[in-house]
Amino acid sequence: MTEAAQPTLAAGGESVGRASGWSRFAEGSGPGYLFLTPWLIGLFCFTLGPIVYSFYLSFTRFDLLTAPDWVGLENYRRILTEDPKFLASMRVTFLYVLFSVPLKLAFALAVAMLLNKGIKGLTLYRALFYLPSLLGASVAIAILWRAIFSADGLINQLLWSLFGINGPSWITNPKYALWTLVALGVWQFGSPMIIFLAGLRQIPQDMYEAASLDGASAWRQFWKITLPLLTPIVFFNVIIQTIEAFKSFTPAFIISGGLGGPVNSTLFYALYLYQEAFSFFRMGYASALAWILLVIISVFTAISFLSSRYWVHYDD
Amino acid sequence: MAASIELRNITKAYGDVKVIHGIDLSIDPGEFTVFVGPSGCGKSTLLRLIAGLERISGGELLIDGRRINEVPASKRGIAMVFQSYALYPHMSVRRNLSFGLETIGTPKAEIASRVAKAAEILRITPLLDRRPKALSGGQRQRVAIGRAIVREPKIFLFDEPLSNLDAELRVQMRVEIAKLHNDLGNTMIYVTHDQVEAMTMADKIVVLRSGIVEQVGAPLELYNNPRNLFVAGFIGSPKMNLLTTEAKDGGLQVAGNALALPRATAGATTLGVRPEHIGITDRDGIRLAEVKVDLIESLGGQTLVYATTADGQPLTVALNGQRQVDVGSSLPVYIDPARIHLFAADGNALV
Repeated sequence: MTEAAQPTLAAGGESVGRASGWSRFAEGSGPGYLFLTPWLIGLFCFTLGPIVYSFYLSFTRFDLLTAPDWVGLENYRRILTEDPKFLASMRVTFLYVLFSVPLKLAFALAVAMLLNKGIKGLTLYRALFYLPSLLGASVAIAILWRAIFSADGLINQLLWSLFGINGPSWITNPKYALWTLVALGVWQFGSPMIIFLAGLRQIPQDMYEAASLDGASAWRQFWKITLPLLTPIVFFNVIIQTIEAFKSFTPAFIISGGLGGPVNSTLFYALYLYQEAFSFFRMGYASALAWILLVIISVFTAISFLSSRYWVHYDD
Repeated sequence: MAASIELRNITKAYGDVKVIHGIDLSIDPGEFTVFVGPSGCGKSTLLRLIAGLERISGGELLIDGRRINEVPASKRGIAMVFQSYALYPHMSVRRNLSFGLETIGTPKAEIASRVAKAAEILRITPLLDRRPKALSGGQRQRVAIGRAIVREPKIFLFDEPLSNLDAELRVQMRVEIAKLHNDLGNTMIYVTHDQVEAMTMADKIVVLRSGIVEQVGAPLELYNNPRNLFVAGFIGSPKMNLLTTEAKDGGLQVAGNALALPRATAGATTLGVRPEHIGITDRDGIRLAEVKVDLIESLGGQTLVYATTADGQPLTVALNGQRQVDVGSSLPVYIDPARIHLFAADGNALV
């Protein structure tokens, strides 16, 4: 490359100085950085910048109108020692993660295995089953969900006409509200399902044939072959879905009208954080909440990675 | 331990596409049978029908005289070695070997002793605690065979088991499988596209093409008496020369040269002669033709001469030992009339 550039430089004659400056830029890593610029601007202005700023804010009292007021660890102390809503939201969020993630993954795997049977119209079904995941995080679906589970919603109409049961209002009853959100989460099984499907297709057919010659039932084949060989995919899905579940916000916001009710039963952590920031304008406190969530997610992810060596089979 | 197998008019179709067209075959207990044929001839499908991995579309399959069309694969007393080995990557060699026995609830002590015995036969005892990924191709192949042995099946099926190995290892494993057959005495069916494997290992070769059996017989019978052009061209290496002939004055001529054959030649359109049955001196038999030498391959023990007849037909001659032949030179070639094969226009051999 540099050799080829030499004649051009010589031919440049008098303007050698300028030409060499420009061509050094053009020949070197200059264009690379130029192409990276939009992304770098995005990274520094909209990602790294706010991250660093929020970390700073978490040590301040800040209501958006007056300048941030440094309070040290006060926000963290209050969150961890004297905030019942923090505890309530933690409880709700952990319950949500604990139930929605395993159920969703189990459902996703079951559907993926059905679709992997080599049925006709696979691509159509795959797209159809993926649809809820595309729509799922949207406001419209959450509103639809509210209509389905409300006192005179679809579920109760079905219960009444089929079994004569007068159902409760699922979303306004603190006993059930969270579970309607778990159901909504499970319904959005599309993306882990697609990934499971890809993973299932990687398992060589002749392993199942060898196992069936060995007399292994479909059940034993699933537990002894499919699941162990799928563990890298399971691991990936667990991490991604758990993080998603910890951060879940929209459905709870819509269904509870942004309040996390009834009686804090749908007060997801992200929703509580949002309330602190944008309802009560306690930006410093909300930032501290956000950093605590980051720590929780990091700890969970670290535990997952550390445990993976005992249950995830990587081969070849 | 060994079982007989009988196929009666077995057919297999996928939808409207028929891939196996009514195959009749009987295999004696303890026999080593090789299914051989080019890609897509149906040999693997036939093996999978016997294994129970594919449903039989028509006909009857009998093991030891009992119809087993509807018997599930695991109940047929069969073990199979796959081309890809199909070892479970997440299990140790020991677990790979014991998996099948655990599945059918064999007592632990017996599993341990059978695994130990199989490992000893195959000399993989030091590898028992390794995972398949830590093994070489040949070792994986042994484990795959071991997995079949521990089940003490009546019948072993091998689906192109050596095709993933390099040439040297292939020869070595070929010998080992043949030895294993001698030691165990089980009925074995072996699928390959490699006619050398078929010739060296088989008691009985089944040559398949497009889902039909072209010929069944002992290796040398197929070599000496191929029933048609396909078998003639498929069995033997280098391949049999197949020369177009013309009828003239009640005899045959090749490349304009009349042959003095002491046998009836009516209806013959092709003359087959193996490269090793052609000589270059008149002591070797009657004169076949004058050929032009295109290429020489000196193998040391054998010299292969690739030549062309006057009318442009390729001819391969295999000469014993190391011979000096000039490329581009003309050479008269001679054949032993007793060792030629004549084929009619429909491809069948004239008897």
